[in-house]
Amino acid sequence: MNLRTIALNNLRRRKSRMAFLVAGLLIGVATVVALLSLTQSLTMEAEHKLESFGANILITPKSDELSLSYGGITLGGLSLDAKEIREQDLTRIESIPNSRNIAAVAPKVLGAVRVGTSRVMLMGVDPRSEFRVKGWWSLDGRRMASDDELVAGSRAAGRLGLNTGSTLMVDGNPFTVAGLLRETGSQDDDLLITTLPAAQRLLHKEGTVSLVEVAALCGDCPVSDMVDQISAALPGGKVSAIQQVVKTRIHALEQFKAFSFGVAVVVLFIGAMVVFVTMMASVNERTREIGIFRALGFRRSHIVSLILMEAVTVSLLAGFLGFLSGMGVTRLLLPWLAQGHSHLVWSPALAGGSLLLAVLVGAAASFYPALRASRMDPSEALRAI
Amino acid sequence: MAFIDIKNLQKTYIGAGGHQVDALKGLDLEVEEGVFLGIMGQSGSGKSTLLSILGGLCHPTAGMVMVDGIDLYALDQEKLADFRREYLGFVFQSFNLVPYLTALENVMLPLAVKKMPAAEKRGQALRVLGLVGLGDRGGHLPSQLSGGEQERVAIARALVNRPPLLLADEPTGSLDTATSAEIMALLRELNEDGQTIVMVTHNVENQGFFDRILVLRDGQTASTDASTIPLITNHA
Repeated sequence: MNLRTIALNNLRRRKSRMAFLVAGLLIGVATVVALLSLTQSLTMEAEHKLESFGANILITPKSDELSLSYGGITLGGLSLDAKEIREQDLTRIESIPNSRNIAAVAPKVLGAVRVGTSRVMLMGVDPRSEFRVKGWWSLDGRRMASDDELVAGSRAAGRLGLNTGSTLMVDGNPFTVAGLLRETGSQDDDLLITTLPAAQRLLHKEGTVSLVEVAALCGDCPVSDMVDQISAALPGGKVSAIQQVVKTRIHALEQFKAFSFGVAVVVLFIGAMVVFVTMMASVNERTREIGIFRALGFRRSHIVSLILMEAVTVSLLAGFLGFLSGMGVTRLLLPWLAQGHSHLVWSPALAGGSLLLAVLVGAAASFYPALRASRMDPSEALRAI
Repeated sequence: MAFIDIKNLQKTYIGAGGHQVDALKGLDLEVEEGVFLGIMGQSGSGKSTLLSILGGLCHPTAGMVMVDGIDLYALDQEKLADFRREYLGFVFQSFNLVPYLTALENVMLPLAVKKMPAAEKRGQALRVLGLVGLGDRGGHLPSQLSGGEQERVAIARALVNRPPLLLADEPTGSLDTATSAEIMALLRELNEDGQTIVMVTHNVENQGFFDRILVLRDGQTASTDASTIPLITNHA
């Protein structure tokens, strides 16, 4: 028989109160765990994407003029001095020192064509590399498999009345619509996309490309090094790194983290209030018992220890169950929130942290009730009997 | 020096309605070791207040309380708690057993904060449970025991620490006549083994068990039985 025996016996006896205490803390801890593990998993997913596509590099023809394009608005006719990139030069990219980091080279040729009475932007691509670089593209139908097939962007298809299997004349040449690109919210929606040779032929740009996107698997190599290496290999090209997409996602995750932190603090505060109110009620209810303990010679510190021992026991249980619940919630939500490959991260640090957090919150919220119990005048407590 | 030495004890508190109540009006009391003292009187006479002060539970307004040479109210709160644990055994009117602990665990309560081996605590508790005739009832919860058995558990709990002084507040107050007689006989037996006991009761049938009787009325000495020695003088 010691204080621990008394604490455990009391908790066993007051099962409903203990369940309420555990639930109050459990919800708080589970919320924190779910938010943190979700953020961690989503961050890892974003980092994975950054590794896969982060060092996306854009190669455009070098121009002596300043750019006259901003936010999708181009002052037409003022970039006439732009040079084309020769297609045969692209093989040089494969010889740069960091060539092993290159996942895909996606050349494109761009130009305006006429379909009926409308003028449309035609883009010629290498389907295999293009669809690898544009992982987010989604098709109704299939990719173009030959030089007389094309894929229509959602807005272009709507404007031209195209469906999968439709035929159309592009600058007098027959094409079949192999697939429709679902809305991307980008300029891709306005395009007709065909194979690189077909577009080069129609646009009279044989052997040249308008721009090249390079997808590099580059988690550790400096992007700037690769840019320099490609610039050296392609003196006629302007090479720049684009990481905005993933950077934006990481920025969004940072904001999500901050939001999560705010929510976690609020939920934990509510959990702490539940513990505080319940422990205060418990202390009031146990006036008689505390009076007996004091009359039998328990010091104030013994009463504080007894109440805190109960709080810590409940908190440990709540921390453990809260961790499991939080991870369960993450497991359920992750497939809905993650846009690509993601997996649940079982972190021992998070498990330990959730136990520690539960104990700290439980003990802090129980400290005043414990102190109040210890200050109870034993004669008053016994008079209440 | 007497084992219990009380001088000019006064206790005033604010009662219901906000008016001042003089529970004790200046009492002197000396009790020798090994005495079975009965404090009698009607409700509100101050007998429970006197017991609370003697038990270190309630600070007096004025006066001095010495037990075994220790000035109780010169001690700080924690030392006073230690004093209660080491020197006193309490038996309350309504048993005051902890409902979620077994009889044996209730008896072991005063030992819970003592640094001693668990087996020794258990052995000591079983011994006193045997002493009050409940050696085979240790595993029962209070709710599974009769009123008399609960009172015996309360007495066993008060004795487990081998305290020099046993304080009992109406220990037979909620018991039937036959069980009351058994409990009084048990207390008398303990007293004959050398235990000093101070017991508050309003039941005059118990007076035959006491070595001495103190009768209080309105916080002052009332007339006592001719065969008892006057133990209190009124300073008020």
